[in-house]
Amino acid sequence: MYKIIKAEFIATGVKSFKIEAPLIAKKREAGQFIMLRVHDRGERIPITIADSNPEEGWIQIIVQSIGKTSMHLNTLETGDALHDLVGPLGRPTHVDNWGTLVCISGGVGTAEALPIASAGRKAGNKVYSIIGARNKDLLIAEKEMSLVTDGVFVSTDDGSYGRKGLVTDVLNDMMKDGLVPNMVVAIGPLPMMAAVSNQTKLLDIPCMVSLNAIMVDGTGMCGACRATVDGKTVFVCVDGPEFDGHKVDFKELGTRQRMYKKQEAESTKCYLERMADEAAKGGN
Amino acid sequence: MTKRTKPTSHNVVPMKARFAIPRQDMPEQNPTKRAGNFLEVNLGLTADQAVIEAQRCIECGNPTCMEGCPVSIKIPDFIQLICNRDFAKAAAKIKEDNSLPAVCGRVCPQETQCEEVCVVGKRFEPVAIGRLERFVADYERLHPEEMSTESVVAESTGKNVAIVGSGPAGLATAADLIKAGHAVTVFEALHEFGGVLVYGIPEFRLPKEILRKEVAALESLGVKFIKNFIVGRTQTVHELLNEEGFDAMFLGLGAGLPRFMNIPGENLNGVYSANEFLTRSNLMRGYEFPDYDTPLYRAEHAITVGGGNTAMDAVRTSKRLGANHATIVYRRSEEEMPARNEEIHHAKDEGVHVMTLINPIEFIGDENGFVKSARCLKMALGEPDDSGRRRPIPIEGSEFEIPADMVVIAVGNGSNPLISQTTPEISTNKWGNVVTDEIGRTSMKGVFAGGDIVTGGATVILAMGAGRAAAEGINEYLKTGEWV
Ligand SMILES: Cc1cc2nc3c(=O)[nH]c(=O)nc-3n(C[C@H](O)[C@H](O)[C@H](O)COP(=O)(O)OP(=O)(O)OC[C@H]3O[C@@H](n4cnc5c(N)ncnc54)[C@H](O)[C@@H]3O)c2cc1C
Ligand SMILES: Cc1cc2nc3c(=O)[nH]c(=O)nc-3n(C[C@H](O)[C@H](O)[C@H](O)COP(=O)(O)OP(=O)(O)OC[C@H]3O[C@@H](n4cnc5c(N)ncnc54)[C@H](O)[C@@H]3O)c2cc1C
Ligand code: SF4
Ligand code: FES
Repeated sequence: MYKIIKAEFIATGVKSFKIEAPLIAKKREAGQFIMLRVHDRGERIPITIADSNPEEGWIQIIVQSIGKTSMHLNTLETGDALHDLVGPLGRPTHVDNWGTLVCISGGVGTAEALPIASAGRKAGNKVYSIIGARNKDLLIAEKEMSLVTDGVFVSTDDGSYGRKGLVTDVLNDMMKDGLVPNMVVAIGPLPMMAAVSNQTKLLDIPCMVSLNAIMVDGTGMCGACRATVDGKTVFVCVDGPEFDGHKVDFKELGTRQRMYKKQEAESTKCYLERMADEAAKGGN
Repeated sequence: MTKRTKPTSHNVVPMKARFAIPRQDMPEQNPTKRAGNFLEVNLGLTADQAVIEAQRCIECGNPTCMEGCPVSIKIPDFIQLICNRDFAKAAAKIKEDNSLPAVCGRVCPQETQCEEVCVVGKRFEPVAIGRLERFVADYERLHPEEMSTESVVAESTGKNVAIVGSGPAGLATAADLIKAGHAVTVFEALHEFGGVLVYGIPEFRLPKEILRKEVAALESLGVKFIKNFIVGRTQTVHELLNEEGFDAMFLGLGAGLPRFMNIPGENLNGVYSANEFLTRSNLMRGYEFPDYDTPLYRAEHAITVGGGNTAMDAVRTSKRLGANHATIVYRRSEEEMPARNEEIHHAKDEGVHVMTLINPIEFIGDENGFVKSARCLKMALGEPDDSGRRRPIPIEGSEFEIPADMVVIAVGNGSNPLISQTTPEISTNKWGNVVTDEIGRTSMKGVFAGGDIVTGGATVILAMGAGRAAAEGINEYLKTGEWV
């Protein structure tokens, strides 16, 4: 069994889990992920390994509730267990001493950017973090990020915290102040990664993105996760998840991410109705 | 293969009268009904039918059927036991050579193996060996109390063997090695055991319950099964051999890398590899969405490209998911289709259309990026190619379009490169298949391999045969420590 040692909400709808997984804790490197199933009829979903402790034998994941599986997962508490857990998957991030590294992240992408920022610093880079959030309540991991970087900048869509605006605005400000990155890593919602890729392409700064394609097995067996990079089809789970942002066909990936919109809505609805039913019964 | 002495005859029918007995048809679910459910299509012979069918065997002095069987099951022997209604013993007889008869009785291409060379088949229809195998295996499963409880496991050798992959190759190897007294651990990347038998072949052809029982039986003999463990990722081959104390290893990794056609539109929504489509349906039970969480398309015009067993499984699955038009698109003619005849017939009975001598050259999407049609070329057959089948040649100017709101690409699988990437000492050939000698030894000491990872996509029985050969090799290696 894959026991949850500690579960706690760290922002609205965002939960952090420490899970017993000694072998994965020993092996995993920045940028890698696991596949998990919550229950015996569940789907397999990919989640990035945010942190690990090989001595104590756990890995940490940070999960945002967006649909059936992530909502269900986020009801689990300390002492519960996952039905299935496999990893570490994907290629580790290629970390180099580039000089100045800027990690740009949005949503739970910040959890995914943490290990990369930390590895970047270990490799000798000056590391800055730009975090974007819709509002203050959805901001995560700012403190953790500040511990492993030389500076954190925050933007919110509504200006409830940090600079009002988008992460690309913050990068512009930074550049105006004379801080020119040698490398940018962008992780978060697709539109954000596409925007940062565009911006850095114009500025001629290399940009690495972590693609969140829909996956089934996560081991290269099915091709569900295919994307087009540099005109060629790749399997994100084994060839990535990180790719040169300047070469990714974001439009295709965006379309592929919406492949099951209808079914996802149905699944979430069934789940919420069942939860409501159970709550009503429980109340009697 | 264990030694054979000619069996006692139990056939009461005089020799000549045997030819007059008609081959027994296996009852099956009504085609219209079954095209709407995922229950098993074939229902199996009754006991009386099995005895009658067994009586058709003429007990050849030189039983060619055994030569046609890749693992040389003692076919005439188990058939005589059926004549005597000794079904449990018949099952045990098969198990001397084949540890998964309930699987093989369902999915082996008997018409090109044992039944093709059956002597009766030269003038009449061959003895229905596959159906008999299936019958006794099912009998065994339903009557565990009649099976011998004698321990089949030899005294412990103190040796440890790791088996990577729980497909037919891995399971067959595990069965032989545990009986030889070694400690055996099976590592599986997925969350269920069985390889293609659970993620590829559908419930309506091979109920998963059968496999679960087989795995449980191996467990009860002492085989340790570990799921969610990817060798090469969770731990490497080296770590297992050098740190975890395994003395030998068997790689039964299968041919798990889906091939695409590399034509425009292949990444449109609604275009699947057969592996993805079948995995979503079988392993993840997408056909029971939303009771099961994994979504799966239900299309109106579902086309499947290819002509093998995989293509038949995919197209029949799409039909069951409600496609009004479930169509096979194949670039050669029906004669060249590699799928088993039975599967092609079953598919047609269920209302699957088969379009041959055409090949898609592009998939066309709608404004939302979902596939809506396939542009195809008509083909003609030319000279035979390397595979001995006539090569399809495109007819110029023959382009036409067919509607398709779902496409399944079933044009074959390559080898997953993970192990060869993480363990370069294990040599592979230009197709990425692991190279072995005839007893399954790879280029790395202590590591054996067999099944689809060595041969490329083949059959269940060949994978099992390779596993058994490797088990013998492993026994020898563990005894002598020699690797020359
Ligand atoms: C490499 C990788 C790393 C990820 N890391 C994290 C992480 O650290 N934390 C986190 O909260 N989320 C992460 N995700 C996203 C996470 O997998 C999805 O949010 C989750 O699968 C949604 O499932 P659902 O049932 O809750 O939502 P649904 O309602 O089913 O889907 C919502 C959206 O999530 C995406 N999605 C759905 N199913 C899958 C699937 N099987 N695989 C991938 N994406 C899917 C689709 O774009 C979909 O539109 C990662 C995704 C990838 C590919
Ligand atoms: C849809 C379909 C229908 C078929 N129908 C028939 C049929 O009717 N009759 C017939 O005879 N044959 C059929 N075949 C072919 C047959 O299923 C295969 O030849 C056979 O399963 C090969 O067995 P295997 O043990 O070599 O590999 P597989 O069955 O592929 O099993 C390999 C296993 O290894 C696991 N694995 C891979 N890498 C790792 C790793 N690094 N660590 C841990 N585990 C790993 C995989 O997850 C998998 O479970 C069919 C194949 C398909 C795809
Ligand atoms: S070849 Fe046919 S008739 Fe002869 S022994 Fe085998 S099954 Fe019986
Ligand atoms: S998720 Fe199946 S190949 Fe990547």
